[in-house]
Amino acid sequence: MSSLQTLSMTATPSAGVPDLSRVPCVDAVGIEERCSRFQTRSIKKESKVAGLKHVLSMIDLTTLEGQDTPGKVRQLCYKAQHLHDALPRIPHVAAVCVYPTLVRVAHKELEGSGIKVASVATAFPSGQASKKVKITDTKFAVSEGADEVDMVISRGEFHRGEYTYVFDEIAEVKQACGAAHLKVILETGELSTLDNVRRASVLAMHAGADFIKTSTGKIEPAATLQVALVMLQAIRDFYYETGRMVGMKPAGGISRAKLALHYLVMLRETLGQQWMTPRWYRFGASRLANDVLMQIVKEQTGRYQSLDYFSKD
Amino acid sequence: MGKTRRKTGTTTPRKSRSPRPVRKLKFATDWTYSAAPESTDHVRLESRYGLFIDGKFSEPRSGRYFATISPSTEKKIADVADASTADVGRAVKAARRAFDGTWSKMKPSERGKYIFRIARIIQERAREFAVVESMDGGKPIRESRDVDIPLAAGHFFYYAGWADKLPYAFPCRDPKPVGVAGQIIPWNFPLLMAAWKIAPALATGNTVVLKPAETTPLTALKLAEVIQEADLPPGVVNIITGAGETGAALVNHPDVDKIAFTGSTEVGKIIQKAIAGSKKKFTLELGGKAANIVFEDAAIDQAVEGIVNGIFFNQGHVCCAGSRLFVQESVADDVVRRLKDRMETLIVGDPLDKNTDIGAINSKPQLEKIREYIQIGQDEGAEIYQSSCPLPAKGYWCRPTLFTKASQSHRIVQEEIFGPVLAVQTFRTVEEVIEKANNTPYGLSGGVWTDKGAKIFKITGKLRAGVVWANTFNMFDPSSPFGGYKESGVGREGGLHGLLPYVNLS
Repeated sequence: MSSLQTLSMTATPSAGVPDLSRVPCVDAVGIEERCSRFQTRSIKKESKVAGLKHVLSMIDLTTLEGQDTPGKVRQLCYKAQHLHDALPRIPHVAAVCVYPTLVRVAHKELEGSGIKVASVATAFPSGQASKKVKITDTKFAVSEGADEVDMVISRGEFHRGEYTYVFDEIAEVKQACGAAHLKVILETGELSTLDNVRRASVLAMHAGADFIKTSTGKIEPAATLQVALVMLQAIRDFYYETGRMVGMKPAGGISRAKLALHYLVMLRETLGQQWMTPRWYRFGASRLANDVLMQIVKEQTGRYQSLDYFSKD
Repeated sequence: MGKTRRKTGTTTPRKSRSPRPVRKLKFATDWTYSAAPESTDHVRLESRYGLFIDGKFSEPRSGRYFATISPSTEKKIADVADASTADVGRAVKAARRAFDGTWSKMKPSERGKYIFRIARIIQERAREFAVVESMDGGKPIRESRDVDIPLAAGHFFYYAGWADKLPYAFPCRDPKPVGVAGQIIPWNFPLLMAAWKIAPALATGNTVVLKPAETTPLTALKLAEVIQEADLPPGVVNIITGAGETGAALVNHPDVDKIAFTGSTEVGKIIQKAIAGSKKKFTLELGGKAANIVFEDAAIDQAVEGIVNGIFFNQGHVCCAGSRLFVQESVADDVVRRLKDRMETLIVGDPLDKNTDIGAINSKPQLEKIREYIQIGQDEGAEIYQSSCPLPAKGYWCRPTLFTKASQSHRIVQEEIFGPVLAVQTFRTVEEVIEKANNTPYGLSGGVWTDKGAKIFKITGKLRAGVVWANTFNMFDPSSPFGGYKESGVGREGGLHGLLPYVNLS
């Protein structure tokens, strides 16, 4: 995809902070019930294999450790393109997600592969830095070659009710992204209530998010089906209201294929066909891919292989 | 994979007041769920069932049998006996003998043990019961597995616990059993209704003659096997099959002390006339046309889920179904749009498939009745919307159906349809919606959706309905009483209140 096309597809912020008093409230018990229905959908045979391949193609293969090295990132980038060469017709992942200092390495490895380079920025994971530092961080990541930027919102300001601050900060980071897509991490594990998750989603989308994302993966709980459902419903209403599609990325704690399929079921029954592509839905995960591969092998051979048969990068 | 599932439904084009472009989510996805049928090879069914009288199955005196068919395949599952008046007499006689001889004299804690045993065996055989229920009645396996069968076992567990504690339920009133109970149950929750009827009757020391509905007799007959396995004294529970005439013979039998009926208001009235002037006690659990009320401050998405659960649960074959939806005008468009989207994701089809949301309509006559009402609704000028899901070629099916622009004087608003058909009205004020909600001959259930606790209390107190749910719908529990106002019935079943119709107090 040329940079011009990418540019034309990124979001523009709304004129101002949305009226959060009009955001519908969320009933946690009802959300729980709906989520349990997704989990009782029976996904077997062809449907399972097709679903698992969808999942693979939506993965943001992630490494976000202090100990990350260029060598480790290069290995991860190879894995991103060759998930399991023993299996035919396995898609590549959607993106590789790294810290800003390693973006250049990933960018070089993935050039021409169709796989995006995503970078966390804005003083990830805490976001405890000045706005100036966050903007600089973002610009650095983009200048190093990031196609996508994953930022964290200022939860402290959000909890204090400083919605304008949060809105402005997202909008400014969005501007700093230029042609790069912006994923806004709400860090739902620190938002306390589903009502807050819903409000933060609306705020982020109006401020120009291309994607909204549950978590950094550094805080427990990370992604849950419950917060993901609330966010999908917010995306749906935003689409109906503005006509603009916003992507969704649950991240952290999704390491099992079965759980990933539950997320996919939720996506199918909440947003439907238009969102069921890597363009609009991602899984932020480091260990998920191998479990999915193991399940695909099992569907073909009838046996589970040891994890030693799948490369760890 | 890759096949599209969309077929043309009778969808009406969206009329948009604003000049916004039409935005629509597409739920006909490339990725769909493969068939996931529950296996049936563990199910043991006879090709022919007799009458369960005095602890064993016997041929009907009439010599007549009738077929019970699966509404999803239109194939015969088994033949069941058609009990004549003479057979009813035999069953009542056996029940009387068991009442006088053993059951009413038994130590209450012993009675409790038998009922606990029934509960446990139902749990152990839950999978088989769920499959048979779905085969015979058409309800999705998800519901029979997760709702009907666990709740049926739950009722036996609950009332087993009361058996030796009756003096605490009725302090200083010396509760005594009534005698022989004649119980007639409907086809919408066959095993669950049997449990609702039998469990409290046994716990209080009565004996029972139960007649299941003619379209869904199989789980009751399987329950007879459980009763044999639990080694209940012969005659304590008798289960006889047949249609209306058999029921009439049971109601009119002079040696029956109490009638418990769940079914249509029409038949309920006939029963009440038939037993007028007799000493028979009775409870009637009849029709309904529940108001489900959504306020603008409700958690809208969860309310939509509750609306779906309220009207499409069990194909809408639920006496307490939330069949009249009242939405506050400021959120009406939002609610209806979400509801239509949600309806698109409902899977209608094979009841035995674990992914099915809505199963088969219970019988051909019922399907015809529902279709007639759908026509009436259109003739009356309400605006119809049906989901576009594909339907199987064979069997009795009805798409989830919505009527907007319905009004109080429409027949689809006033009369019980007993199918997956929802009539939507809007309202402005609390006073207005209470008046409209209560403006019906029925009064079985209702629902209120709001985030404000005070509003819940204000409104639920003014709704003239036996059960009112707040921010949920169609939730049942053995400890909670259930029953109606006005033409929805007399008496309460479930909970402590459910003991009362089965005891005489001093």
